[in-house]
Amino acid sequence: MSVKLTDHEKALADGVHGKAKQKAMDLLIRYADALGAERFCETNNVAGVWTVSNPILRDYTRNGMDAVFSEFNLDSREVVETPHTEAYSCQLIQGVDPASPEMREATGDAADLQKAGEAYFGKRGVAMFSTCTPYQVGNVPVMGEHCAWMESSAVVYCNSVLGARTNTEGRESTGAASITKRIPYWGYHIPENRRGTHLVEVDVDTDDIMDWGMLGYWLGWEVEEDIPVLNGKLISPSMIKLKHFGAAAASSGGVEMYHVPGTTPEARSVEDAFSGNRIRKTLRYGATERRKTYEDLNSTAKDSAVDFVMLGCPHNSIEQMSRVARVLDGRKVSASSALWVFTPRAIKDVSDRNGFTEIIEKAGGRVYVDTCPAISRQMPKGTKVTAVDSAKQAHYLPAITGAQCWFGTVEDCVDAAVTGQWKGGLR
Amino acid sequence: MTETLSNAKIVLHGRAIVGGIVEGEALVTKEAISGWGGIDPRTGTVIETRHELRGQSFKDKVLVFPGAKGSSGWSHYFHLARLSSAAPKAMLYTKTNTKMALGAVVTHAPAVTDFDRDPLDIIETGDWVKVDGDTGIVEITKRNAR
Repeated sequence: MSVKLTDHEKALADGVHGKAKQKAMDLLIRYADALGAERFCETNNVAGVWTVSNPILRDYTRNGMDAVFSEFNLDSREVVETPHTEAYSCQLIQGVDPASPEMREATGDAADLQKAGEAYFGKRGVAMFSTCTPYQVGNVPVMGEHCAWMESSAVVYCNSVLGARTNTEGRESTGAASITKRIPYWGYHIPENRRGTHLVEVDVDTDDIMDWGMLGYWLGWEVEEDIPVLNGKLISPSMIKLKHFGAAAASSGGVEMYHVPGTTPEARSVEDAFSGNRIRKTLRYGATERRKTYEDLNSTAKDSAVDFVMLGCPHNSIEQMSRVARVLDGRKVSASSALWVFTPRAIKDVSDRNGFTEIIEKAGGRVYVDTCPAISRQMPKGTKVTAVDSAKQAHYLPAITGAQCWFGTVEDCVDAAVTGQWKGGLR
Repeated sequence: MTETLSNAKIVLHGRAIVGGIVEGEALVTKEAISGWGGIDPRTGTVIETRHELRGQSFKDKVLVFPGAKGSSGWSHYFHLARLSSAAPKAMLYTKTNTKMALGAVVTHAPAVTDFDRDPLDIIETGDWVKVDGDTGIVEITKRNAR
């Protein structure tokens, strides 16, 4: 062991505070040493995964939720009792929407397992937000706050847009952090590691979320895990645009931090974003790069008949629910297609009150919470061709399901659901 | 690799991450690997659409690769691969990030990184590789010398 421990951390590791916290500290020490971290930092904001709905994990639930927690959240073969959380912790996206008849039918007891997990871990302090976007439903860390978050799209949002500090954690490290309030002080927890490395000159107008998604997807391949500083024709950055941009960049590369000078909090100017770092490389995103990215994102799509349209990756904001309802109002989803829209449970409540859910359902679409097709692996039966408005979903869905996937605007996607035909394109 | 080197064992020194000693056939890629959405944990097969290893399994292989990319489900998926007996026999990687470090730790297979020479330039798929995860020493017997 080379990571330095405080007296409290030594006590945790020695089992003074119980078996679960001892196992948690054991994992965190192995992890910190693998990273080469010198010490831990204290965190009071954890976003992770506790519940079970994946069929591969079902066997472990037979031995109770403590067996699930021990193996998957602490990497402990020995089953230990799950203590109450010490850090503020929340559950991210899950495997199934229990209210969906299709998903219930297709996944057997997954919904019941998930609900049992919610009850068990919820009682022990895990807030059941059940979304990939905890920052949309109340978990908004302050600037400089040390966090331990999973979900690559939430991590990049947390670092870049909120100015809080987290690495991309995993199920085991967040589980351990939730009961010890400790995470390795490494990577993005350290201020010097948060400065820009690459300057990106955006030469084409980037406005709609489709364009922000393409820019992010292209950038992820270009910079991988480095820290891009975006400059140029970025039209009115907003929460939903940055949500789509970051999710895409985190999927194609592994971008965990970026700066948009004038918009994101650690970059008042381009100069400020680099804070003395040498600009390692200047990249240009123009019409050629945009077209190539569009072609990459549509590379799995061949047939124009669309069986299934999915919107809401990362989970839709209420503004996006409004846009879908407005585009769909008075139209009908084709009998040969389906439209599923995904949003956090708390936002669905607002969508219900606004009447957006009713408009979408009247048109034959569905509004789902808690999950997404890539996580749940659930799509309407027989789906061969999908269409999405998310570069992240276009990256993962064909790989996971084997289906073809079209990528376009919300309007292109809704039109495809209504006509059953893909007529989208790069405009 | 030249003929003169091919008959001798090549030895690399790295930083030991996960302990244990194993040997096996190398599976090498210069592309980072995604966990969740990038592999099937039941078989250890790479499923990412445009990955050069697509369709190939790392089960029981010494996986030599730059490291982890993509979803934060990386460690969980390699953890699942281990429980499904589909994990790599050992992992040699060149770039540390949190996904890779945590993933290596929970996979429990011997793992080494931070080498004195780039293993991606030296090891080829099919080479026989002995990994000592306690000392960080890796011995390579080239495929054409076997």
